[in-house]
Amino acid sequence: MTPFVDIAFLSFFIMATKFKPEEPVKVETPNSVSSDILKEENAILMTIDVDGKVFLNISAPNDKKKEKILQIINGINTSRNLNLTDAEKVNFLSAPIVGVPFQSLKQYLQIPNDQQGKVKQPGIPVLDTLNNELIWWVDEAKKAFAGGKLLYLIKGDNKSKFPSFEAVINALRRNEVFKYNLITAQEGAPEGTELYFDRLNN
Amino acid sequence: MASIEGGGDGGSHKKGPGVKKAKKLSTRVDMTPMVDLGFLLITFFIFTATLNSPTTMDLNMPKDTNKEEEQTKAKQSGALTIMLGKNDNVYYYEGELGPAGENFKTTNFKGIRDEIIKKKKAVIASYVTNAACETKAREKGKADPRKDCVDEDFVVVIKPTPNATYKNTVDILDEMTINNVRRFAMVKIAESERELITATEGP
Repeated sequence: MTPFVDIAFLSFFIMATKFKPEEPVKVETPNSVSSDILKEENAILMTIDVDGKVFLNISAPNDKKKEKILQIINGINTSRNLNLTDAEKVNFLSAPIVGVPFQSLKQYLQIPNDQQGKVKQPGIPVLDTLNNELIWWVDEAKKAFAGGKLLYLIKGDNKSKFPSFEAVINALRRNEVFKYNLITAQEGAPEGTELYFDRLNN
Repeated sequence: MASIEGGGDGGSHKKGPGVKKAKKLSTRVDMTPMVDLGFLLITFFIFTATLNSPTTMDLNMPKDTNKEEEQTKAKQSGALTIMLGKNDNVYYYEGELGPAGENFKTTNFKGIRDEIIKKKKAVIASYVTNAACETKAREKGKADPRKDCVDEDFVVVIKPTPNATYKNTVDILDEMTINNVRRFAMVKIAESERELITATEGP
């Protein structure tokens, strides 16, 4: 019996282990009674950390990933005159997360990918309404993923203040995006409320 | 499974009085309970792992438009405005803000749910049959057109201040879902309201 049990456990755990992705930016998300599961799709993730700094991460299912993301960085390169080299653009493809203003982008993309997670980034400037850099990023992403479905995800920290969140929403609104998803942790419906009874009956 | 009979048949030999043979104790352990627990733990962890996956909350904002017709008209009698201040303070008023701020009230996140429920009940109670709305609901094939329209006039306007946290905003949006508020909007706070809040909670 013993060898059988050993093999069963080991095989199961070896196949089921998925490493938690290293989060360079630690964010504690608020709870919500929403129960829509996050689907694995083309998504642009905007993270707001506790100090209100905004970070960007673009993900796509693997086959389309390279071309779309290259398209985005090419667009940013042309529209903002950044003079990025091809090596730096390739670096962008596997960068864990981006949170630097355009002027520092070239420098950031010169750092090798595995060390980018440890760099303390100042965040994408959004608070200045005249120079909300997120508008450009979302614009390029929209163009690259045009014709397909692109999820706009916002992951904010509990303690971040409203102005950053408002700036992110403004950036999306300027790009005519009105539907987005906020990433939250699951919470049950409070007892005795309408939602509670709704869920009981369904 | 093959097993060797250890101390089984030692008793049949009679070696004579005085010679005691130590009985060999069986060293086999029954594995069944361990396997049971093992599978139970696997199943338990599989379930908790799926429950922990991050969920999302849908947020739809109205379009930014200056055209009068497209702007949603909110009836004053059904409007409840909620403002979020610092340190998890919540302020609210019904209808329009009075000139001296007399209907400006303070509460916290626990109290605001009761206020929302109270206001919603009041709007439903004072519902006057809205023919246009009910015909639309009937056309859509709803079973009870009246039920769909009773809270048509109930609108919650959410105005966070710069000192409000993201958690406050998500919590208020949660309250909309919890209390089944169908019409709500998040807008910029007005100067007069900001002054009232600064006066109440300090700079």
